[in-house]
Amino acid sequence: MSMIIRVKQQQIAQLMSKGKRLDGRGLNDYREIKVEMGVIEKAEGSSRVLLGKTEVLVGVKIGIGKPFPDTPNEGVLTVNVELVPLASPTFEPGPPKEDAIELARVVDRGIRESKAIDLGKLCLEPGKKVLVVFVDVYVLNYDGNLIDASAIATLGALLNAKMFKYEVEEGEVKVKPGYTPLPMQNYPIAVTFAKINGKLAVDPWLEEEQVMDARLTITIEKEGKICAVQKGGTGYFTTEYILEAAKIAKEKASEIRKLLVK
Amino acid sequence: MPKAEGKLIDKDGVRIDGRKFNELRPTTIQVGILSNADGSAYIEQGKNKILTAVYGPHEVHPKHLALPDRSRLRCRYHMAPFSVDERKSPAPSRREVELSKVIRWALEPSIFLEYYPRTSIDLFIEVLQANGGTRCAGITAASLALADAGVPMRDLTVACAAGKLEGQLVLDLNDSEDKEGEADVPLAYMPNLNAITLLQMDGQLTLEEFEKAIKLSLEGCTQLYKMQKEALKAKYVVVKEEVKE
Repeated sequence: MSMIIRVKQQQIAQLMSKGKRLDGRGLNDYREIKVEMGVIEKAEGSSRVLLGKTEVLVGVKIGIGKPFPDTPNEGVLTVNVELVPLASPTFEPGPPKEDAIELARVVDRGIRESKAIDLGKLCLEPGKKVLVVFVDVYVLNYDGNLIDASAIATLGALLNAKMFKYEVEEGEVKVKPGYTPLPMQNYPIAVTFAKINGKLAVDPWLEEEQVMDARLTITIEKEGKICAVQKGGTGYFTTEYILEAAKIAKEKASEIRKLLVK
Repeated sequence: MPKAEGKLIDKDGVRIDGRKFNELRPTTIQVGILSNADGSAYIEQGKNKILTAVYGPHEVHPKHLALPDRSRLRCRYHMAPFSVDERKSPAPSRREVELSKVIRWALEPSIFLEYYPRTSIDLFIEVLQANGGTRCAGITAASLALADAGVPMRDLTVACAAGKLEGQLVLDLNDSEDKEGEADVPLAYMPNLNAITLLQMDGQLTLEEFEKAIKLSLEGCTQLYKMQKEALKAKYVVVKEEVKE
C-alpha cells in the first residue's frame, strides 16, 4: 500500500465510522447509474452502463455451436471480461489475468444460477447444435466496483439482445428473416459491499476499493432469492456482517432492477 | 461413481452415500508427508484425495514481485488430468485460476505475512482425485501445510460447504449432490477469530436458507477443526516416539 493510500485510508475510515463517505454518499447509497441499450448495431445486444465514473460496455453476440456433453439440450452461455488498457493505468494488455477471470466468473454465476436465460429454448438439434451466447464485457473506465457495473451492463445487453429466427431442416439450420428477443426469464442484480474499518459500504469507488479490508458481492434474482455470492480481498467477515449485507442487497437489487425492467 | 437416480435424499433423510444431513464425509488428514517441502499435508474427504505443500518463506522469483513490508503468498490450486471422469487438460482452467485466487484470500488473513518482508510463501494444492468440495478440502489441508512449515499463524483455517438438496439443507456436498442439488455454499473459517475468510455461493437460496446454510457450514468447520488439530499433533507423537527409540 502506498503512502498516499495510507493517508486516505485513515480519512476514509474516520468518515465511515460517522456513516459518511469521501464522495458525500451515505453507506447504502449507490453512485448515479446510467444505462443505455443498443449502442453497438453490429452486436445482437449491447448495453453501456455508467456507475459514477466507472464505465462498462457489454456486447452480446450469438452464434451456432456445440452443446456441453452434460447439457445436450441447452444453449451455451460464455462470459468474458476484457480489462481494456485504456480504462486504467493499472490495466495491461494481454490475455485475461486473474482479476478479469474472477470478474467474468462472478458475472457468469449470477446469470447462470438465476437461470436468467432460458437456455432450453436455445437448442437447435439436441447434442449437436445449439445457440451460443457470447457475452463480452469491455471495461472502458475503471473507478471501482466493476462487478456491479458489469452485471448491470450484462443484464442490459441480454435484455436488449435479439436472436435470429431459424428453422431446422434435416439437420441443416436455416436462418430465416427477422429476429426474436432472447428468452429471458430472470433478472439478477449484483450488489457489492466494501468492508472498511468494520463498516460496510455499498458500491465502493476506486479509493474505497484501494483501502478496503474485504469485499462481498451478493447477487439477488427477481424473487429476492440469493443466487450468487463472492467474498473477495484479504480481510474477513462474520456471520452478522454477511446477513446484514444480504438484507441490504435485497433492497438495493430491487431498486436497481427497475432501471432495466419496467 | 454412483449417479443419483431421481432422489438425493430418501424418506428417512438418508443421502445417496448413506449420510445424514449434518454429517461430514469420512475424513483422514496427514501432516508432513513430503520430504522436500517445508510443510505438507494430505487430506482424504470421501473420495477427494488432495495433496498440499508449502515452500517458504523464501526468496521471491522473479525478484520484482517482492513486497517491501510483507511476504507474498502465492497459491496454485490445480487438478490432475486423471482426477475427474473426463480427462482434464493439465493447463490451468478459468475455474482453477479463480479458485487459486479465492483460496489465497481465504488463507492470507491467518498468516503473519509482515514477519517476512521481501519473501514469498508458495502454496500448492494438487487435487489427485476430485469428488466435490475440493476447494474446501484443499484449504483445510493447505492451512495444515502452512502450520507444518512453521509459518506463524493467527489460527488454522478450515473450510466446509453446505448446500440444498430437494429443499433440505445439508452439509458437505459430494460431486453428484453438488451437480444435482439446488445450491452450494462453500465457506472458510478461522474458529478462534470468528472470521469467515471465504464465502461463495451458487444456486438459489432465500435469505433464511442462506443463514441456515452458513450456520451448517460453520458446524462442519468446527468438526473439521478438531481433526485438523489432531492431525497436526499426530505428526509430533511419531517424532516423539522416534526420539525415544
